[in-house]
Amino acid sequence: MTHLDNLENNSIHILREAFNRFGSLCMLWSIGKDSTVLLSLARKAFFGHVPFPLVHIDTHFKIPEMIEYRDRLALEWHLDMVYGENTRALESRLTFPDGNVSRIECCRNLKTTALQKTLSGEWPRYRMNHETACYERDKNTEPYTGVIVGIRADEEGSRSKERYFSPRDDNNDWDIGDQPPEFWGQYKTDFKPGTHIRIHPLLDWTELDVWEYIRRENVPVVSLYFDRGDGKRYRSLGCLPCTTPVDSDAKNIDDIIEELKTGKFANIAERSGRAQDKEDGGGLEELRKDGYM
Amino acid sequence: MDICDFHERKEMNIVIVGHVDHGKSTVIGRLLADTGSLPDGKLETVRELCRRTSKPFEYAFLLDALKDERSQGITIDTARCFFKTELRKYIIIDAPGHIEFLKNMITGASRADAALLVIDANEGICENSRRHGYMLSMLGIKQIAVLVNKLDLVPRSERQDVFGKIMSDYSVFLSQVGITPSCFIPTSAYMGYNIAARGDEFPWYDGVTVLKALDSFAESSPPDDLPFRMWVQDVYKFTNENDNRRIIAGSVSSGSLCAGDEIMLLPSGKKTSVKSIEVFNEPPKSSVSRGYAAGFCMTEQIYAKRGELISIIGQKPPMYGSKIKASVFWLGSEPFSPEKPYKIKLGTAQTGCRLDSVSSVFDASTLEKLERKHIKRHEVADCVVRLDRPIAFDTAAENPETGRFVIVDGYEISGGGIITGAVGDESADEKLMLRNIKWIKSSITAHERGQYYGQRSQLIIITGKTQTDKKSIARTLEKRLLDEGKIAYYLGIGNLLYGVGSDIKSANSMYSAKERHEHIRRLGELANIMLDAGNIMIVTANELDSDELDALRQIITIDAILTVWVGNDVNRIRDFDLCVADGADASDKIYDALEG
Repeated sequence: MTHLDNLENNSIHILREAFNRFGSLCMLWSIGKDSTVLLSLARKAFFGHVPFPLVHIDTHFKIPEMIEYRDRLALEWHLDMVYGENTRALESRLTFPDGNVSRIECCRNLKTTALQKTLSGEWPRYRMNHETACYERDKNTEPYTGVIVGIRADEEGSRSKERYFSPRDDNNDWDIGDQPPEFWGQYKTDFKPGTHIRIHPLLDWTELDVWEYIRRENVPVVSLYFDRGDGKRYRSLGCLPCTTPVDSDAKNIDDIIEELKTGKFANIAERSGRAQDKEDGGGLEELRKDGYM
Repeated sequence: MDICDFHERKEMNIVIVGHVDHGKSTVIGRLLADTGSLPDGKLETVRELCRRTSKPFEYAFLLDALKDERSQGITIDTARCFFKTELRKYIIIDAPGHIEFLKNMITGASRADAALLVIDANEGICENSRRHGYMLSMLGIKQIAVLVNKLDLVPRSERQDVFGKIMSDYSVFLSQVGITPSCFIPTSAYMGYNIAARGDEFPWYDGVTVLKALDSFAESSPPDDLPFRMWVQDVYKFTNENDNRRIIAGSVSSGSLCAGDEIMLLPSGKKTSVKSIEVFNEPPKSSVSRGYAAGFCMTEQIYAKRGELISIIGQKPPMYGSKIKASVFWLGSEPFSPEKPYKIKLGTAQTGCRLDSVSSVFDASTLEKLERKHIKRHEVADCVVRLDRPIAFDTAAENPETGRFVIVDGYEISGGGIITGAVGDESADEKLMLRNIKWIKSSITAHERGQYYGQRSQLIIITGKTQTDKKSIARTLEKRLLDEGKIAYYLGIGNLLYGVGSDIKSANSMYSAKERHEHIRRLGELANIMLDAGNIMIVTANELDSDELDALRQIITIDAILTVWVGNDVNRIRDFDLCVADGADASDKIYDALEG
């Protein structure tokens, strides 16, 4: 078994465990490379099917190509696609690009709060109708009790403390100091009503693993990750105003893998192009407690 | 060294354990610094910082400094850090030494292939030195190097004796818990003696350095001659998406499975064989082995349930039962006590359980064996656990992955255990298991019999409220099937009550829960024989609920069962394959839903 086989099979086991244990389960799909790898793993785990909805939190500041790619893949792979948003903040322009709030505050409004309210079913969810290829208001308002998320332990400090199955209480609080033990492939799948569990099948993967897997499995990724002639590419995808491309002439997956291996980015964080990480020292851990991905 | 081929090299997870303040962080700091795994300039920055704050430089500060910089993307955190040698890449799991964090230590250590156990030469063997040693043994980590650290602080003339004493005392302890350490290494992580390079300080020592000890560990791959084991994790039937496969999914715990293999599921004792190994988006496979998250289709459809253990007929079968002997470690704040109900999770099997009896509790601080009725937090004990339902398992000594379990108290995983043996017991489920195992098979397979009769045996269970006319529906369906040349037979449960069930029948027959249960069991057994004979069986009974349907599915070995509720009760839709309104066309609707 190769290193990638090992990671793949462990992640599939976790996905299947989540599917079996949680009646109201969803997977967050950020359209980025990690959650798209997760989606590919789900198709393998369930032999070509994805038996739960994919939830995307649309900030409406995403790079347009991402949304186009999302809907194309949703149709092609018959995905049960759902999106949610913070309509109120968008309408009253409580966003960073509108100049009314800080970057962190904007993340809180458009991502964290939108995510919490979409997961809980308090705010409208929009579900793709595969016959018309349009989104319609989802009748299902049941809260999701299991949420699959594509985070990796090597991404950023607070993520390294996560478990594969990580509980959040009714205030979405994450008690970092007192996490459940996890051993012998046994996870926390029992939970009090009102709480929910985040499931992290990619926890052991690194950025390099993700790209090597994308190459091996031909996972379709959005072309923003590649240099398209201007010597720049996105290493991590987020909202247009807060994500800057890095200088790189990596034009394809092989180039990216080469770049990661030969050390050009070896000591530079993947999220270094994400402005909100820098604005506030412990901010991300705080946001993560509140449910930020 | 070529960085490109470095990623192709193997990875090894190492956990570093020991009592608090025995020098784990310093060992890690040294390993990172001496293998050149630190970012450029880091060491100098920390030295400079120490100089300015008038603190003596310590390698342990490196860890703290790196932790502060995690958000700038350096791959280190409280749990893991990375370094590499010529041989391979290491992930060091830094397990907390404080007793309060035992559950974190276990979480980290359970992912490790080998361990470094650090003992302070001055303080000697402490409570957690023993407790961690014990935990490593229970977690199944066999490769351990013991570092007798801070030996530079011992007067030069006494060093060899101090080292020798700790080595002999700790070896005796480890042998009691079944561990033979790979080596004992005298070290000073602070000074860097015997970490990456040998020092001249301990001239009487001619063994390996810590780095060499790490490189000498074998990548843990348990012997592959173990019999095949796989827990049924789930059964997939995505028929709503026009996929007619019924796939048994699970991860292979040991051995390997090939298409064509004859298999048995325990505790049900049901048997079938593997038709095909299923894959998606990869070349077809004819076999799967340990570690693969697999899936396969069966030749004969049996009702398989999550939590059953699959083995190959002809290989050594697992044990099964509802009482197990085990060594248990307890993490819960409330003690593990015989008065309270718990849940046990073993592989994907899960059932209620109770602590039956405790034979001895092991006290890590005094090394004494205590007699007590319950097991307190951070204790290890030998005990018997009684399960609500039998499950299949191996002893941990024979097959680690199918011989260990966790205990859930309320919503929390509160303990773990390894199975040392089974205690004999005879419950109804075990009788059923025995029936399947002892079943005398005809030389005609179900498939062949089906060809003789031109049909597959099938069971149609029709139920509903008392006032619905299930009998007429069953009779009409029976007639239609016979008219088409099928061999069908209708059996109402009433036909059993005064004959097969006469020994237990009372005046209120089906209204007493216990009696009703036994009548249904007998109906199931009779139907099972009729189905084995190749018939299409139609049975009727009043108001069967989902538990009773489940009991019938357990008794009946084939998986061609159609459950029908007669009546317009929306809340029944979940439990039944089909809901039909009472009336003339009900039997046609059932007919249309039949397989084939």
